Amino acid sequence: MNSFPIIRVVSKLIIPYILLFGLYVQFHGDFGPGGGFQAGVILASALILYGLVFGLPAVQEVAPPRVIEKLIALGVLIYAGTGIATTLIGRTHDGGQVPANFLDYEALNHDVLHGFLPHGQHLGIFLVEFGVGITVTAVMTMIFYCFAGRSRLFNEKASA
Amino acid sequence: MFVSVSILTLLAVTAIAIARMRDLWAAVMFTGIFSFLGASWMLILDAPDVAFTEAAVGAGISTFLMLGTLALAGKKEKPTTASPIVPLLVVGITGAALVYGTLDMPHFGDPAAPVQTRIEPGFVEKSQHDMHGLPNVVTALLASYRGYDTLGETAVIFTAGIAVLMILRRDPEDCDHRVTQKSASTEKKGRSS
Repeated sequence: MNSFPIIRVVSKLIIPYILLFGLYVQFHGDFGPGGGFQAGVILASALILYGLVFGLPAVQEVAPPRVIEKLIALGVLIYAGTGIATTLIGRTHDGGQVPANFLDYEALNHDVLHGFLPHGQHLGIFLVEFGVGITVTAVMTMIFYCFAGRSRLFNEKASA
Repeated sequence: MFVSVSILTLLAVTAIAIARMRDLWAAVMFTGIFSFLGASWMLILDAPDVAFTEAAVGAGISTFLMLGTLALAGKKEKPTTASPIVPLLVVGITGAALVYGTLDMPHFGDPAAPVQTRIEPGFVEKSQHDMHGLPNVVTALLASYRGYDTLGETAVIFTAGIAVLMILRRDPEDCDHRVTQKSASTEKKGRSS
């Protein structure tokens, strides 16, 4: 698609806004509609659009497959790690520390920069949604990479 | 009302158009349009989260995956010789059964519907207290009250991604097109010299 200047220019203009919208949906998900799943597919579609218009090697300079394949696992690790962290930290109950349940975000209460940094339930939701977002983005992008590489359409275009 | 009716009509028209089409390339494009109409419909039903997902996955990513498949498989449907009566019967009966199933469902927005009455009415206020003022009840439900479920869903996506990688990628560099291109160009150079 290198020979279509209008598509190239328009997607170059749009892609930053898609990415920004994806980040908004991700990090504003606990206040407005959205969350990790939605943000993940929006971010991945921005990468896919870039790959469609500028070719696979170009998008793989931005998001190398070696990094993306590790991010697939990293997202799940962040999610499960949040749960393990809550069990290890425990929650304050009647002045003493008692063990907390898996994914009991009350354990994440803290007083550092109160009112500025998220804490407790808010921090827990933020972390798990972040993990979901990473995994979804990485899976969608990786499927795109593997799928697109198999079709003649993209190989011809890349060699042209 | 007018918007709902027009979107639903367009959905039906698009579906019939897809069914009658023999050019697969155009049919894939029409499924993308169908997904966009579906996303608009979700938005009217006050489900922006679902609309995001439908627009990005249905209209964007899956349309692309179908196009990628077509590039491998050819873009014309083979003419069928079998009689269309049996498939038509099956589809007709299934559709009638589905419509029959919706007959005793409550109307959209019905205040007496089980979804409005059976869930504890104070849930919205309770989540305000439990979540320390986090305003989005949907996110609170998904990520906190039902944190285990969402962890499971994430694991499902993870597993699906790994499965696709296992099927499509025989060697670690298969999906890295920078590497395959470089090796292809060095091969060409080697041959020409």
